[in-house]
Amino acid sequence: MTVYDPAVLDPAAAAAKATAEILESTLRGTARGVVVDSPPGAGKSTLVVRAALELAAAGRPLMVVAQTNAQVDDLVLRLAEKEPDLEVGRLHSSDSDPYDRALDALEQVRKSAKAGDLAGLPVVVSTAAKWAHVKNVEPWAHAIVDEAYQMRSDALLAVAGLFERALFVGDPGQLDPFSVVGADQWAGLSYDPSASAVSTLLAHNPELPQHRLPVSWRLPASAAPLVSDAFYPYTPFRSGTGPGDRRLAFGVPSDGSAPDRVLDEAAESGWGLLELPARHTPRTDPEAVHAVALVVRRLLDRGGAAVSERSDAPVPLTADRIAVGTAHRDQAAAVRAALAALGVPGVTVDTANRLQGREYDVTVVLHPLSGRPDATAFHLETGRLCVLASRHRHACVVVCRAGVTDLLDEHPSTEPVQLGVTVKFPDGWEANHAVLSHLAEHRVRWTP
Amino acid sequence: MSLIAHLARMEAVAAGRAQPLATVRHRRLAERPLVLVPLTTAGEAGAPLGALVGTDPEEPRLLVVPQPRDRELRFAFLAELAEEVLPYVDGFADAVEPVERKDSATGEKVRVELCLDAPQLIVPSRAGIEYVRLLGRSTRFRRTAEQDPDTPYPAPPRVPLLGRWLTHYGERARVPGSSLLLAATDLLNRHWATGQSSLEDQHLGALLAWIDPADGERGDRAAHRAELARDERGQLLCPPAGPATDPAFDNQLLAPAIEAYDRARQAVGAAEDGETADAALAGLHRAEREVRRLVVSQLKPTWDATWRALGLLRALPEGARVEDRWTRDRWSFTAHRDRIAAGEPPQPRRDDAVTAAAKLAAREQAQGQLDAQEALDDPLVLAGRRLSGEAFAAEVVEVVRAWTESKRPAPRPLLTVRTEDRPHLDPGAKVYRSLDGKPQSAEFVGREEDGSLVLRLLDRMGRSKEPAEGTVPEKGERIAWTLFEHDARVGPRLPDPEETPWTHGGPPRHADTAELPDAVTPEDLL
Amino acid sequence: MSASLDDGGSRPPQTTDPVPTPASRRRTRERLAELRGPAVPPRPLDARALAALAANPGCRRRALLDGAGVDKGALASRLGAPAPFGQSQFAIVRGNSFEAKVKADGGRELLRLLGVEDPGTVSVPDLSASGPEGRTARTALALREATAGDGWTLLDHPLLTLEVAGSPVHLEPDAVVVDPAGRWTVVEIKSFPMIDGAADPAKVGAAARQAAVYVLALERVAALTEGAAVRHSVLLVCPKDFSNLPTASVVDVRKQRAVTRRQLERLTRIDEIADALPEGLSFDVAGRSAEELSAAVEAVPHAYAPECLAACELGFHCRSRAREAEAVQTLGRSVRGELGGLTTIGAVLAAARGDDGEPEDPAVAALRRARALRQDALAEAEAAACR
Repeated sequence: MTVYDPAVLDPAAAAAKATAEILESTLRGTARGVVVDSPPGAGKSTLVVRAALELAAAGRPLMVVAQTNAQVDDLVLRLAEKEPDLEVGRLHSSDSDPYDRALDALEQVRKSAKAGDLAGLPVVVSTAAKWAHVKNVEPWAHAIVDEAYQMRSDALLAVAGLFERALFVGDPGQLDPFSVVGADQWAGLSYDPSASAVSTLLAHNPELPQHRLPVSWRLPASAAPLVSDAFYPYTPFRSGTGPGDRRLAFGVPSDGSAPDRVLDEAAESGWGLLELPARHTPRTDPEAVHAVALVVRRLLDRGGAAVSERSDAPVPLTADRIAVGTAHRDQAAAVRAALAALGVPGVTVDTANRLQGREYDVTVVLHPLSGRPDATAFHLETGRLCVLASRHRHACVVVCRAGVTDLLDEHPSTEPVQLGVTVKFPDGWEANHAVLSHLAEHRVRWTP
Repeated sequence: MSLIAHLARMEAVAAGRAQPLATVRHRRLAERPLVLVPLTTAGEAGAPLGALVGTDPEEPRLLVVPQPRDRELRFAFLAELAEEVLPYVDGFADAVEPVERKDSATGEKVRVELCLDAPQLIVPSRAGIEYVRLLGRSTRFRRTAEQDPDTPYPAPPRVPLLGRWLTHYGERARVPGSSLLLAATDLLNRHWATGQSSLEDQHLGALLAWIDPADGERGDRAAHRAELARDERGQLLCPPAGPATDPAFDNQLLAPAIEAYDRARQAVGAAEDGETADAALAGLHRAEREVRRLVVSQLKPTWDATWRALGLLRALPEGARVEDRWTRDRWSFTAHRDRIAAGEPPQPRRDDAVTAAAKLAAREQAQGQLDAQEALDDPLVLAGRRLSGEAFAAEVVEVVRAWTESKRPAPRPLLTVRTEDRPHLDPGAKVYRSLDGKPQSAEFVGREEDGSLVLRLLDRMGRSKEPAEGTVPEKGERIAWTLFEHDARVGPRLPDPEETPWTHGGPPRHADTAELPDAVTPEDLL
Repeated sequence: MSASLDDGGSRPPQTTDPVPTPASRRRTRERLAELRGPAVPPRPLDARALAALAANPGCRRRALLDGAGVDKGALASRLGAPAPFGQSQFAIVRGNSFEAKVKADGGRELLRLLGVEDPGTVSVPDLSASGPEGRTARTALALREATAGDGWTLLDHPLLTLEVAGSPVHLEPDAVVVDPAGRWTVVEIKSFPMIDGAADPAKVGAAARQAAVYVLALERVAALTEGAAVRHSVLLVCPKDFSNLPTASVVDVRKQRAVTRRQLERLTRIDEIADALPEGLSFDVAGRSAEELSAAVEAVPHAYAPECLAACELGFHCRSRAREAEAVQTLGRSVRGELGGLTTIGAVLAAARGDDGEPEDPAVAALRRARALRQDALAEAEAAACR
């Protein structure tokens, strides 16, 4: 991988250099594939749009493979916004309501459930699942595969015959793809169908150029080093903004309560840990859920305002700029109910899976291990914590019961080992410890 | 395991015996299954020690390898096993029905044969399934003298074929809901919750002690005895269900008996005249009988336990959709029969990229289908899905007639339903109910003030403006709705292996596909 | 290779343990010797003890007994719940003959498995010496000479020490290979097969954890040896397919090494456990009565989980105790997940029946719904059967 020395280039220049190299590789390189690792908020979508436009401008028929319909629609809207004259095809499923109705307002976007109807368009966008059903067509000269680390190897197998060359873009730190049935019998095979598309691609084509977007424009200077060290130990990145470029302030002073104090801490330092007394609880721990809701409520009540490189004047922190992240759906439902009870509408509350790729000013996270009597592989998965800890532009408040360190210490370490499988780093224990020890410096104890 | 299953375990602890996890049987039990109880030699891969096999609980066939490290004796065992298994399997090959089926490549309808029934193999435990795979792997690449006159240690004629069938069954056992090869412990665990952990549930004796305790004894005590109780010679009263034996058995009883057998064989070889030869032969027979006696002492309790397990399961009525999954098993059996008849080579050591992806897709589809079908067949399974918010039982309190706004209006009645359950419903979410065994879908429209749910019925109401008779629920009806689909979607067609794309290494090289026999070493023979 | 994995010192510890001084270490050592029985030699930290550590790092009973080097197998027998572990002599014979075969030709076969086709002369130093101290010293010397030299060296059964809970424990890897550049590689020879390049993942995992301890022990020696480096990948040698021909796979043990080091560091806390015990307590299997031993064991809290049965000699003893206490964990670790503060089966069932528990507690509410749904479904099935 290309290594950038932060001391040499400023963030904008480093990012521009990386982007230029990626586009050069993609448009003029000889390799059949180019892989781009993009840490959270490093401008992956911008890169995809730009690469798509340049490939289209170069007259290369392009197919774009995304993983969800929401991602596809978002991409189509971005392309249309950036280049209103470009004709874009939106290949969709034959289910009811298969795409975002906003696309209907765009004349240059043609929509169809049949690939044949979209033949000849410079760009056609769809999900991997839909592309997999496209048969007997002339292959596209180029493809862009978005969120390639979240795509399974077998999904790539089903679509790879449709293109000659491809740009693979994704975030290696987020949640890995998984299978609901056992796939151990293929572990260690280079083409293990349950592995990520990128691992298969690189196992068979180790010579492909690999690039990295080196700057996170989302994460503030307070978060990038921690997220980089904990989740991207071999591929560090940094923030696009420096300390002090982002500020969060409240119109209403603290009332001295724990939620207010943790908000002040988070506004000041970018991180806050609201620690509840140690206790084993069910997943929907009422106290923790209430604490989360209260923090959100105070965040809005206190008239938060955010200053960033995007505008000179402080921007009011509104509900749509706040998200609550949880590990489980029932936790999200409990937080939603608690927020409704406190009269707080409009705040996004979702699980890590669904928050992937999204961005907010402030996030409030219910720690996946809070109150748990045991840590499972699900709760220790680094991608989950990484997603939750990397959605914010300004500050992240984590609500958690004390005792998680002991829980981690007591976690059995009897993992089976499959021969030939590349060990994935960081491991969940290490990453969790790194985050917790950092959060411990921003701890406010809950006093009910 | 869900909370509802955990609760069942705790109820089992309190009651001192296992509690139901299912109200119907979710797997097919063949009329005449073939039970196989294998034992293996510690420390040796693929060195069987013995087996009981057969379709009659009263008359198992005993196979014993008196010296497991002797290749000749191992081959003799495998040949005998093939003699038991293959005629049983072949017995299902010829009774067929003609079926029309869409050819997956051309899309045209073709008439093919489907075997009316399929052979079913039952082993005591999960380790037994693994052992079936191991036996399949160790034998399917063997060469017989007929295939290759120069092969150094030719296998008996039908052994490679046995390996191919065992491999097929071992592989099919990985498909969720399949019943071709089943473990008695898995079957019991699917249908009962014991008062112990799932790890302890892998012990067939302990499991039966919970489910079917003798004369009112508490399950925990009976299970404890099955796990640990030993006789005055230190031997387990309930030997492990294999294929591994108890080390105390190996060290105290089996090893001396095998040594005696080896000595007796040497004596036969060393005999110089007829009289000593006769005596030596008699000694050899005695020694062999002793090994057989010991091996059967370990096998018989497990053989009986396996049949006992089958008896318990037969008492449960079969789930309505089990037949559907068994039909898939019949297809699987028929397809393998055809591959063998067509002279195709044995299954390769490892799958190529396309085969692996196709198998994974098929298994995920089967898992989705199994989960849905079990819930539809069994209110107790559905209860678990209701608890987790994936299904709900609701009473219809109001039906409002409504239509689509198109030129030819189609019925889209609105149902208001009341439920105590807490489904995880987002607006626009689809829900399904079973109407005459087929799914009917509805869309979640919203919640009323009183908490009842409004659903819009979407399909299966016929082509006319008025919904067909009986297709719209009536007020007062109580209906189970699921948030999951009842049929799994069919995945995309994958490329042919010869068209494996560059991202996955391109087409498999020919050298990889030509499967050579395993290396054999002279030291095997000791 | 990340700094955090290579160098655990870089991460600030969560709790500030007092730095052990030589005096406090000596005190701990003496206290542990007392608990073990003054005349009893400590048991080494063998593969079984490592398996128990991995299966239940949070168990204080196991930590103390292993830290003190108590023979848990003998203890379990005295408590009337003998450990069911044993090894078949068939497996032992097979394992030994396989290892002998792998090493038969003076290490050339092993080096071939490591990917070295033409190693030149392979030096196989004699490591025999009197007593474990002599053997570890001899091993350290041989490692130094091999590192300084410019050829390949095979150390057959070297003896290493690792300080665990203040006491040195002896470890004996199957082999260590030193390459011309001075890098040391741990070799583990196992008798389970690698079939078509794959092996039982549970067994490979156990072998990797065992090898990781050897790596840690070797690193102590390497720190004092100029030009030495210990590789964090080990060579796992197994029989190929169904033959007794060896084959090998390189196993990355970085994770196991990090995990095991962390766990062994935590073992230092056993002085706290020991200090909390009443005076006069002893686990001296030969010197104390069964009642005394039982009381001593009960004085140290256990953290039984069903995984212990396959890993720890005391597993069945602790299971009986945990069952008597109706601990929900006897049904599996994961059972606790949704039960919150309810820790006994009696409490769970009472809450589910509505006899006890706060209805606002989500765990209690969920249990009540679960019970109601279960009863309804069973009643429905019964009614259907009667129709």
